[in-house]
Amino acid sequence: MSFLSRFKFRGGVHPEGRKDLSADMPVRVPTLPECLFVSLQQHIGAPASPVIQVGDKVSKGQRIAASQGAVSAPVHAPTSGRIIAIGDYPAPHPSGLPVPTITIESDGEDRWMDIASPGDPFAFSAEEVAARVGAAGIVGLGGAAFPAAVKLNVSRRGGVTTLIMNGGECEPYLTCDDRLMRDRAPEVILGIRLISHAVGAREVLVGIEDNKPEAIAAMTAAAQGSEVKVLAVPAMYPMGSEKQLIQALTGKEVPAGGRAADIGMLVHNVGTAYAVAQSLNLGRPLVSRLVTVSGGAVAAPGNLEVLIGTPAQALFETCGGFKDTPARLVMGGPMMGQQFTNPLVPVIKGTSGVLALTAAEIGQPQPAPCIRCSTCVRACPVGLLPLEMAAHIRTGDLGGAVDLGLKDCIACGSCSYVCPAHIPLVHYFNYAKGDLAAKERAKLKQDATKKLAEERTARMERIAREREEAAKARAAKKAAQEAAKKAAAEAAAREKAEKEQSGKEQAEAL
Amino acid sequence: MIHVAPAHSPHAHAPTSVGMIMATVLLALAPATLFGFWLFGWPAFNLWAVAILTALATEAACVGLAGRAAKPVLLDGSAALTAWLLALSLPPWAPWWLAALGSFFAILVGKQVFGGLGQNVFNPAMAARVMLLIAFPVEMTLWTTPGSFPSAQLPSFLESLSITFGGAPMDAMASASLLGHVKTEFTRGIDLAHSLPALFGHSQTGLGDAAWGSRAGSLGETSALLLLAGGLVLIARRVITWHAPVAMLLGVALPALIASLLDPAHYLDPAAHLLSGGLMLAAFFIVTDPVTCPNTSAGQFAFGLGAGLLTWIIRTWGGYPEGVAFAVLLMNAATPVIDRYVKPRIYGRTRDGKPLPAETSGKGA
Repeated sequence: MSFLSRFKFRGGVHPEGRKDLSADMPVRVPTLPECLFVSLQQHIGAPASPVIQVGDKVSKGQRIAASQGAVSAPVHAPTSGRIIAIGDYPAPHPSGLPVPTITIESDGEDRWMDIASPGDPFAFSAEEVAARVGAAGIVGLGGAAFPAAVKLNVSRRGGVTTLIMNGGECEPYLTCDDRLMRDRAPEVILGIRLISHAVGAREVLVGIEDNKPEAIAAMTAAAQGSEVKVLAVPAMYPMGSEKQLIQALTGKEVPAGGRAADIGMLVHNVGTAYAVAQSLNLGRPLVSRLVTVSGGAVAAPGNLEVLIGTPAQALFETCGGFKDTPARLVMGGPMMGQQFTNPLVPVIKGTSGVLALTAAEIGQPQPAPCIRCSTCVRACPVGLLPLEMAAHIRTGDLGGAVDLGLKDCIACGSCSYVCPAHIPLVHYFNYAKGDLAAKERAKLKQDATKKLAEERTARMERIAREREEAAKARAAKKAAQEAAKKAAAEAAAREKAEKEQSGKEQAEAL
Repeated sequence: MIHVAPAHSPHAHAPTSVGMIMATVLLALAPATLFGFWLFGWPAFNLWAVAILTALATEAACVGLAGRAAKPVLLDGSAALTAWLLALSLPPWAPWWLAALGSFFAILVGKQVFGGLGQNVFNPAMAARVMLLIAFPVEMTLWTTPGSFPSAQLPSFLESLSITFGGAPMDAMASASLLGHVKTEFTRGIDLAHSLPALFGHSQTGLGDAAWGSRAGSLGETSALLLLAGGLVLIARRVITWHAPVAMLLGVALPALIASLLDPAHYLDPAAHLLSGGLMLAAFFIVTDPVTCPNTSAGQFAFGLGAGLLTWIIRTWGGYPEGVAFAVLLMNAATPVIDRYVKPRIYGRTRDGKPLPAETSGKGA
């Protein structure tokens, strides 16, 4: 039984969904690429550190890079083959800058490593579940790619009572979560129950936008008889944003500057739940994911089950190549996704979609002057004044923008999407946030430098003082020595004189 | 490798533009305008054309002086809209120079001096209207009585040219608007009980005519119903929201209702207020001007309410029979203050901007 949530969030926009392009196509598997490019930085936090050498043979699922530090995730071989390079390779980022990457030459067998059956996953303690999730390299698959185990541990310690599963998938074009929930609902529900078990949640809510009736039906059926409650939420961007989904499902708000855990909540993506089920039930680490390949330029859009590290080019080829010249390639959804210019960039764990958009779909003509129509104010799900913030940032007054709530901006892009003057509002905000972060870092550095300089001055003063004192001490010692010498000499002289005296007396006595 | 300029998300955009918004507003104004042409004949059309052409020429000259390309600026439709709104507020048979001077002033002083589209503090059309009212009070209050339809004795196109451009006398057609008539009679010590029947004559259809628009008044302000229809289209197309218009109408109607109940001989009833003068035009097309009104819904409501109240106060006790333009300018000046104090609550924060308290959960805490 599914229910419609009775809460809602403010603002929001209704971008053209274009999900029909890919939603009803069954999941396909691309042919095994010759080479996979597995980035060591696929998650938020420290990059993983390689534990194999060039030339090593690896099996599918074998760990090839280890987690580094508190916030990090290990990386596993997505297929069997040979390591042919550990070095830089273009990253899925607008800059196209290279990042450390392990290149695996596939042996064509796609052979899993030997996996011992993990047994009943519900028999594990909460700590054990989190440890296994961490070892499986699972990160948030909704796009943020935050290491899942870290979130589980923080939430358990913080006393999370409500687990919210994000099946919103509010970005246009993307249908991979929809497809996952339709086709693999039992596994997703199993993963959800395992996460709930790991954090000790008392309430489990799954929020799915009401434009995915098949997914809602499948998930509701699979959740039958469990503590998991499936709720339909209105299709409205940005429903898939953590804060907005919490508000839409529970009516509560995450305090500014805080985390969901502050109000006893944990939010995970349904794709993450599926990965958790795979790792705890089958012992399989995260080496593949569902990716939506879509856009007006793609000949046969659809959803693919893709090995991590597969180049985007191979995805497009599986989908029939381009029927139109793409004006822009995007990784992720069109609202918050990132442009990429090199089609050879690989799929990473957080890649939910690979889009090839035509010029007509992008539709971003030259910016015009702001007419203060406040459409952006109405669209903002946070309650900010995008037009005012942008005006402050334009004149370089970042402090003014912060006072207006820049730091509360979730960068969802709703304001930019609706702006009739086509002003790249969210671009302004991201620029300002970056600049503020850089200033913050510069200030920290400056403070550290100042502290070091002060310490050095103090040290030099101390050294000088100590030297002076030592010199004084030495001088005093010398004086004392000289005095002693003098005294000794006098004594000797006296003795001598006495001796002479006594000698004389003796001689006289003789 | 696809060689394209780096682009920022979002990689999609709502099918909207400033030009489309302006075009929608112009379309919403069209019914009332066409009615004005039909009611007052070719001179009205001449005046409208002069206003728009002058505005476009002034805009092009200003943009050219600033060293920018004029074409995209002219195509955004904002200059045409300003002139159009000004033309609708002029006496329909006014001489051409009144429209030309008003348009020139609206674009140059009302808009471009501040930096062009989006930068002006005051509504340019209303600023020009007030300037004309103060500088040319006689020309600005020479109303034309519409002929009794359908046998309207409207001037031919050639005659219209001599009215608009030649300064032909129009005394034969002159009459007073309802608000002007009432005000004049008050100054002579005649109260509403006697002045209203004198205006409407033996027919008691005064208000019906006012709603439909067949009466003396500005070029495009006579038909309250057509203006209302245009406004509803704008609300339906989400170009404007209901807040400012409803608040402005309330701001006039509420005090009018109270006052007319207390003293019907000295205060016009709400219906007469709502259907008279520039109120309908202002409520749906002027106080909704995005540039000069506040940017939150609550702020827009306060703005509209203030404009309505001031309109009623000026109409009732002020020296001018009609107060809409003055009221709008006064509220324009208050917009930055309203924007400073009326802001939406930010997610995760209280109204004062402090973070919401974290909830202590039952477990572990």
